[in-house]
Amino acid sequence: MQVLQEQKPVRMTNSNNVILTRSEGSRSKIMNNTHIAVQTEDFDLGTEYQALVEDNTQDGGVALFVGRVREFNQEQQVTTLELEHYPAMTEKALRDIADQARQRWQINNLCIIHRVGKLELSDQIVLVGVTSPHREAAFESAQFLMDYLKTRAPFWKKETTTAGTQRWVEAQEKDQQAAKRW
Amino acid sequence: MTQILFFAQLREDLGCDSIELDLQRPCSVTELRDRIVAENPQWQAIFKHSLLLCSVNQTLADFKDLVTPGDEVAFFPPVTGG
Repeated sequence: MQVLQEQKPVRMTNSNNVILTRSEGSRSKIMNNTHIAVQTEDFDLGTEYQALVEDNTQDGGVALFVGRVREFNQEQQVTTLELEHYPAMTEKALRDIADQARQRWQINNLCIIHRVGKLELSDQIVLVGVTSPHREAAFESAQFLMDYLKTRAPFWKKETTTAGTQRWVEAQEKDQQAAKRW
Repeated sequence: MTQILFFAQLREDLGCDSIELDLQRPCSVTELRDRIVAENPQWQAIFKHSLLLCSVNQTLADFKDLVTPGDEVAFFPPVTGG
């Protein structure tokens, strides 16, 4: 197996060019500071944290946010969740949101992972991670990424409740308001 | 041909995930939607009563934005990821 740790990350100024390398049985290596993934599989927080900080001596702050399936939503007890997306658009939308965050804050490594398909209670749905020399930029940009993702990335949740009924989750005005503050 | 895609609740309500339209010249997303409804009158109520977003070539768009023949257009409910 190829040992990815021996490769030095290539720092490029153009964050649009994200290059991921893959080797058999190992995780993608961040080569250009931005890692975007839309996947059915779960993600491991420790692995993602390591990828953000590996060979990174410039950033004193790392902000990580994980969104999970919660049991009670919009006054209904939820049992499972199905996430639909628009495959041709999803990564493009996330990349665009990441680029906007880079224009506003001094952030270096950035990671957005969003799961699709069937999810159970307490499952992880989304991970946003950013590194920055300073905590303000890390915290704020992570919030920005989540607020924009929730209002601009083409994902839709369908819940199954304990009553056995299925329903599409409705977009909430508070999420629109949260995105407008930036 | 211009490909039109539908997602999530809209796709279920229409009972259809995509259609193709022979668009001869550029028009706005609103005009495109009106043409879809005119050609599929059974969908009128669904389009009228749904709050919808749209994208042109996989980028979020405004209903007054222009669609050119060959573009990929999508209609869908407000997004609920995260």
